[in-house]
Amino acid sequence: MESQKLNTKIDHLFRKESGKMVSVLVNIFGSSNLELAEDVVQNTLIKALEVWKYKGIPDNPSGWLYRVAKNNALDIIRREKRSELFDFSDPKRQLLTSEYTLPVVLNNFWESDQIEDDFLGMMFACCHPEISKENQVTFILKTLCGFSTKEVARSFITTEDIISKRIYRTKEHFRKNQIYPTIPTGEELESKLGVICSVIYLMFNAGYSASHNNMEVREEVISQALFLGKALLDNEKTAYPEVYALMAVMCFHSARLKSRSSDKDEQILLANQDRSLWNVELINLGLSYLAKANEGDRISMYHYEALIAREHCISPTYEATNWTAILAIYDQMLTHKFDPIVYLNRTLALMEAEGPKKALLEMKKVAENKHLKKYSLFHAGLGEIHLRLNEYRKAKACLNEAILLTNSLTEKAFLEKKIKELNSKLS
Amino acid sequence: MKEFLFIIRGGQEKMINASPEYLQEHMQLWSEWMGGIAEKGQLVGGQPLEYAGKTLIESGTKIIDRPLAEGKELIGGYIIVKADSLDDACEIAKGCPGFEHGTTLEVRELAAM
Repeated sequence: MESQKLNTKIDHLFRKESGKMVSVLVNIFGSSNLELAEDVVQNTLIKALEVWKYKGIPDNPSGWLYRVAKNNALDIIRREKRSELFDFSDPKRQLLTSEYTLPVVLNNFWESDQIEDDFLGMMFACCHPEISKENQVTFILKTLCGFSTKEVARSFITTEDIISKRIYRTKEHFRKNQIYPTIPTGEELESKLGVICSVIYLMFNAGYSASHNNMEVREEVISQALFLGKALLDNEKTAYPEVYALMAVMCFHSARLKSRSSDKDEQILLANQDRSLWNVELINLGLSYLAKANEGDRISMYHYEALIAREHCISPTYEATNWTAILAIYDQMLTHKFDPIVYLNRTLALMEAEGPKKALLEMKKVAENKHLKKYSLFHAGLGEIHLRLNEYRKAKACLNEAILLTNSLTEKAFLEKKIKELNSKLS
Repeated sequence: MKEFLFIIRGGQEKMINASPEYLQEHMQLWSEWMGGIAEKGQLVGGQPLEYAGKTLIESGTKIIDRPLAEGKELIGGYIIVKADSLDDACEIAKGCPGFEHGTTLEVRELAAM
């Protein structure tokens, strides 16, 4: 039992530190030597396991790991300083070739502020337009968050083979282009920060979506998304309002995680969720992030999503939900740009605020939208509207359409249950 | 631009007896100085030398177990920089942190034969 606890502790530490060490080492060696950086980290972790097994975990385990990785890097640079392996042409790295300066300069690479910057810099490096979104998330989970290929595969409900291919492609990009992790400035920072936020949110949703039921993996993915968001906020260069808003959204959503599925892994809708299971601590955290997000003069989609999630989180019951407020937030969102999914959600809020009749009229306006036509939740929503209008036959047709369009087994099960209830009303 | 060799002599005794803290602080100065030269694109390279060495004398027929020079004359290291003239190279050399403990620095242009 005791050794089990120790293993979990070490596991956690390794996960947290390996991405940071890889980032610093890429900053030293350059991204064309990413695999060398990973080898150094791997060797460091193996050495830690060997030594700690006998001597116990040191007082400052992170510092211990950094020191070993640094010394390993020092040996490699000494050995390879005249090889073609590294590009020492820029002034900072040129100093790595002289013993007059190597130890000091290498130490500077491992200053704690520099480590944090490199870790974020590595995220910026892999949020490059040439790398696809899913490859970005995969790389971040694998290389920066210390997930195994198997764990990444489970988070995205895909095979290890596909994950390995995605990782390979991203590494190719890094191999071909000599990149050093850097946090950009000015406009570049602002636009890339948007990409990073969307990648973190994508990661979060992979963990949050009910489409698979391995709770352990889901919670780990969610906590990594929160960890990355926190890392952005902890660095004053990247603590932008939209990051605060994103964190607020993720806190509000994860507060409800445990109430979203039953013991039998059945999906539970917001209306039926046991609100006493909601995590008050996370809701309060979300509220304080949202307050921070509103301090700046920047508004992002995450701000609106956070405001909507907030309304749900602070409402004592489903019936008491302030639908009028939620409707107003959706309306504001749609003035920025038309998004079929936002429109759909707005219509469902309208159904609650002003009744199914009005909602049906709004739904008919977008019935021909090509995205919504293929979107199972559109048909499920339409089904609910018909149900409330007591149009059972129409409702059933919609739900059947929704079943055909979803890949999620939980969602299918949920819809089938609903149809069964309908059948009893029809007969 | 031409290339110049800085031959840094002496100062070893001070360094051997220095505390690790002093050494660390002192080497920080070397990084700043050499970093400044590198920043301007004028650093070619350079290394400190070990104290031990041998010297071949009498047309290479005899080897003695120490460098020829000792104490203040012992070469502690070298650095090669790019500069427009001998005077410019000397200006760069003035910043050498080794002067703190009594080194001398000889500036010589690399020759084309």
